[in-house]
Amino acid sequence: MTDPIADLVATSETSHRPSTDIVLSMRRISLTLGAGARRVDALIDIDLDVAAGELVAVTGRSGSGKSSLLNVAGGLSAPTGGSVTVDGVGLVGMSQRALAAMRRRSVGVVFQDLNLLPTLTAAENVALPLELDGVRLREARRQAVAALEAVELGSMIDSHPDELSGGERQRVAIARGLAGPRRLLLADEPTGSLDEVTSEGVMRLLRERCDTGSAVLLVTHDPSQAAWADRVIRLRDGRIDGVSIRADVPVDLSELGR
Amino acid sequence: MAVKDALLALLAGGPCHGYQLKADFDAATGAAWPLNIGQVYSTLQRLERDGLVAADGDPDSDGRQAYRITADGREALHAWMAEPVAQPLATRDEVSMKVLVALATSVVPALEVVAAQRLAAMRTLQSLTALKSDSAGEALAWRLNLDRMVMLAEAEIRWLDLVEDRLEADGQTRTDNRRTATIDQAKKPAPRADRSVQKEPSP
Ligand SMILES: Nc1ncnc2c1ncn2[C@@H]1O[C@H](COP(=O)(O)OP(=O)(O)OP(=O)(O)O)[C@@H](O)[C@H]1O
Ligand SMILES: [Mg+2]
Repeated sequence: MTDPIADLVATSETSHRPSTDIVLSMRRISLTLGAGARRVDALIDIDLDVAAGELVAVTGRSGSGKSSLLNVAGGLSAPTGGSVTVDGVGLVGMSQRALAAMRRRSVGVVFQDLNLLPTLTAAENVALPLELDGVRLREARRQAVAALEAVELGSMIDSHPDELSGGERQRVAIARGLAGPRRLLLADEPTGSLDEVTSEGVMRLLRERCDTGSAVLLVTHDPSQAAWADRVIRLRDGRIDGVSIRADVPVDLSELGR
Repeated sequence: MAVKDALLALLAGGPCHGYQLKADFDAATGAAWPLNIGQVYSTLQRLERDGLVAADGDPDSDGRQAYRITADGREALHAWMAEPVAQPLATRDEVSMKVLVALATSVVPALEVVAAQRLAAMRTLQSLTALKSDSAGEALAWRLNLDRMVMLAEAEIRWLDLVEDRLEADGQTRTDNRRTATIDQAKKPAPRADRSVQKEPSP
């Protein structure tokens, strides 16, 4: 029996944009975690390109490998097999030190578990990666405050994480991921504890960053957030499901009078 | 039909002729309901017949008749506003029917139907989201309509995801739904006559 959707969708995960500026490229990535009886093939044979200006959403059930995929893309875990390049630079085999420098310079990450430092204020948390990357203190602070204002936390720049609500902490983590000129943004469920209006604001920010030349890989369970992406891919037991849904297929909305 | 009540609501702000009423209606609803001027006038005639509106003065030099709301009209309007709408139950739409019939029979694997429907729903959601992302300067009514459509499309996708998860948990594959079909036969609950929401589909 033929698959009725096979004709409608392209199954290759290489970018559909001709001769584009590929920021993230993953080839034949596999990742095995744990050992012995708890060995898990978290990623199996993943091919994925994300171009500058492109927002790709990754969906899939809990445990399907979404966070693992982001970790490999950002050089936070070394794949068991395959190659990753960010802006043409291969990450596999790079020294830890060079990796860390590359991450600070080019990659913004919003972690699922936030990773905020409890002893630092919101602004200090956001400024830290910039400072580590050699941005002067004042300038780092200025960029941090701007990033916090963009997520509507301008009045809480001097609060510590434990003085913030869950959603506010999440927005600090988003600000930290977005601060500075990052070419690749990786966000893992960035709006999990945010209301509709605030989440929409975050999606607009990510979209703007794409439109000014960043590549974004976004993990989300939320279909209405995935719908902001140029491409939606699904992971299933560590593999990319055959179907990739692209936003450039027009849908007739004339019923709406527009 | 709600159009008549909406026109009453607009007339509660002051007397108005049909063309103005149509413009006000479009502005209030974000132009989401196609309403032509002929419908406006036929609705006004019915409202006048029922004593809910009355002609206000004589027609103007262009022959346009203004109408005003009557006391009975105000009462009907307030009754409409106060009464929550009983939404049709979502189980009776074509998407559910197609998925469930696919599941109960072997015409095509149910998971294929689910995948095709989810793809279409996701595309709709993407297009709505594109409209939404450009809608910052648009009228509030239009933006609220978009929000609602986004949420309805999202609900459909969530349901389809859940169907897929449940079928897979039952060991189904995209090329087979016999297994769940038989399991469902065994688990089917006895029909309950006292459940008023569980209407039988008409034959
Ligand atoms: N350190 C680890 N050791 C062993 N197995 C791990 C480890 N980290 C993750 N896993 C396993 O790898 C698989 C993929 O995990 P991953 O965190 O990528 O899932 P996910 O898709 O992000 O899920 P969620 O939606 O719950 O965040 C899971 O089966 C998980 O149990
Ligand atoms: Mg995860």
